[in-house]
Amino acid sequence: MQIAVASGKGGTGKTTIATSLALSLASLAKVRYFDCDVEAPNGHLFLKPEFSESTPAVIRIPQIQTEKCTACGRCVEVCEFHALAQVGKNILVFPQLCHGCGSCTWNCPENVIVEVPNPIGTLERGMALENIEFFRGLLTISEPMPTPIIRQLKKRVHPQPNTINIYDAPPGASCSVVETLRGVDFALLVTEPTPFGLHDLKQMLGILSDMNIPSGVVINRDGIGDDSLEETLREFNIPVLLRVPFDRALAENLASGRTLVDVYPEYRNALRDLYQQITEIVGGKTK
Amino acid sequence: MSTQNSRAKQLIILSGKGGTGKTSISAAFAHLNADQEEPRPMVFVDADVDAANLSLVLQPGNLDPKEFWGGSLAEIDPEKCINCGACSAVCRYDAIFPDPKNDQVQWIDPIACDGCAACVYACPEGAISMVRQQEGNWFQSNTPYGTLFHAELFPGRENSGKLVTLIKQQARLYAEDIQSQCVVIDGPPGIGCPVISACAGTDLGLIVTEPSLMGLHDLKRVLGTLRHFHVPSVICINKADIYPEGTRAIREYAAAEGIELIGEIPYDEKVPRAMIEGKPVTVLFPDSFAAKAIQEVWHKTTSLLQLQED
Repeated sequence: MQIAVASGKGGTGKTTIATSLALSLASLAKVRYFDCDVEAPNGHLFLKPEFSESTPAVIRIPQIQTEKCTACGRCVEVCEFHALAQVGKNILVFPQLCHGCGSCTWNCPENVIVEVPNPIGTLERGMALENIEFFRGLLTISEPMPTPIIRQLKKRVHPQPNTINIYDAPPGASCSVVETLRGVDFALLVTEPTPFGLHDLKQMLGILSDMNIPSGVVINRDGIGDDSLEETLREFNIPVLLRVPFDRALAENLASGRTLVDVYPEYRNALRDLYQQITEIVGGKTK
Repeated sequence: MSTQNSRAKQLIILSGKGGTGKTSISAAFAHLNADQEEPRPMVFVDADVDAANLSLVLQPGNLDPKEFWGGSLAEIDPEKCINCGACSAVCRYDAIFPDPKNDQVQWIDPIACDGCAACVYACPEGAISMVRQQEGNWFQSNTPYGTLFHAELFPGRENSGKLVTLIKQQARLYAEDIQSQCVVIDGPPGIGCPVISACAGTDLGLIVTEPSLMGLHDLKRVLGTLRHFHVPSVICINKADIYPEGTRAIREYAAAEGIELIGEIPYDEKVPRAMIEGKPVTVLFPDSFAAKAIQEVWHKTTSLLQLQED
């Protein structure tokens, strides 16, 4: 089972729910947690992994063997991302614009382009609380592209039966969220009952409908807002799987790095029930 | 009046972590500026184009959408495809499969396609072409508090950085037209491409953080980003009384880094209530603790930007 935890709006409690879901399910199955918010990852603050492996996340960028280059300009012409430019007889490479697609390499008529790894972040792996296998990607500061790191992070292991993979998504509704959602069985959407929460949740529902991924909602900070969220969820026929009422003491405890299920152990059962509901929804869809 | 037509100062509001209160504070800034006897002409930008919320509070009247065309995606003409597989052999994004509707031809999943065009050149039949994509809309809108430049990236699209750059440029040009002294940019969360586009060329970064381990962790990353691009920065702590130990940790961090802490805004249930009403908190609850603290942050910010009083 592969579950992405996403939201649209930032700060709604994705990591709070994703980490406690992982802890609640760890006694039932092998759980893997993937922190796909590679720009601002926070899962490790709660699940406290000991990282045993760290490898660079790389994009393969072109290197021109200048002595053999005829400066024909074909590589510049085929690059859709303006990562190559020609100045006189020199070809310049702009690594931060390069997507690592390989098009220049294949199209060079003289075969003088080689590809070299350009590190843009790191991929880490280790064991966390309650035997959860923890994977984290980390975008290097000043690097613009999170999606290749997310793609590589998710490929670290193949999904296996009887394993629950939980993907903690970045906020927003752009390409990095899509990369996190690719191939998952279910999207657990964590939102708050405010106009901002609702607006951004609708963006997420648009993506999920395009990708044909079933979803359900956790309403966090229940009680701070108005009814418009629930009206929309009824309209889109999206089930509410859990409510977490707003509670100042909880907010303080989460701020200190404690998990939801550590502060309120009764959420363990609630999250197991939520998982049961997810399996029923996913099972119903594949029938 | 100055004889020199100087460039408007640009303020970027960032956080790293989402949901710390960037937009609520930006909206209050817009109101506080407009609410003076002689308001400075000021321009506002919502640079969080894939989760754009500033317009939900500044409430522009009529929207006049302008199309944003980003990159292109590859499409296969099934009439020309001979199913040789040359395209999928070069695709590094796992985007090309047998067509689910007709397994005698190949099909490109638009969600997975990165738009690199490698397949276009690999296809021996010339069956693949690049099709430009409208990836969103952008708007120049009048609000009760000044002009707002904002956008809606279509869900799941790429090129949010390009769209941010576009609306920032438009805002800069407009600021010149109206001789505005200042452009206030409500930034996106994270540190990646739209953040880099949003902070390019800005004069001051205001980092809105919250007193949690998460807030501090992500504050360090966003400060690193602003420093990399040589943007001087200050910090304010939102919901500062939720976890006093966290607030102390941020104060210590700011002091150690030599970054000025320009304000601490208490947690105040008036902030979500104002959001639900679709108004800046300083409009609906001007005497609330949060509104007072935001006012102080705004005064310090304007003096750091050296905006002239009229």
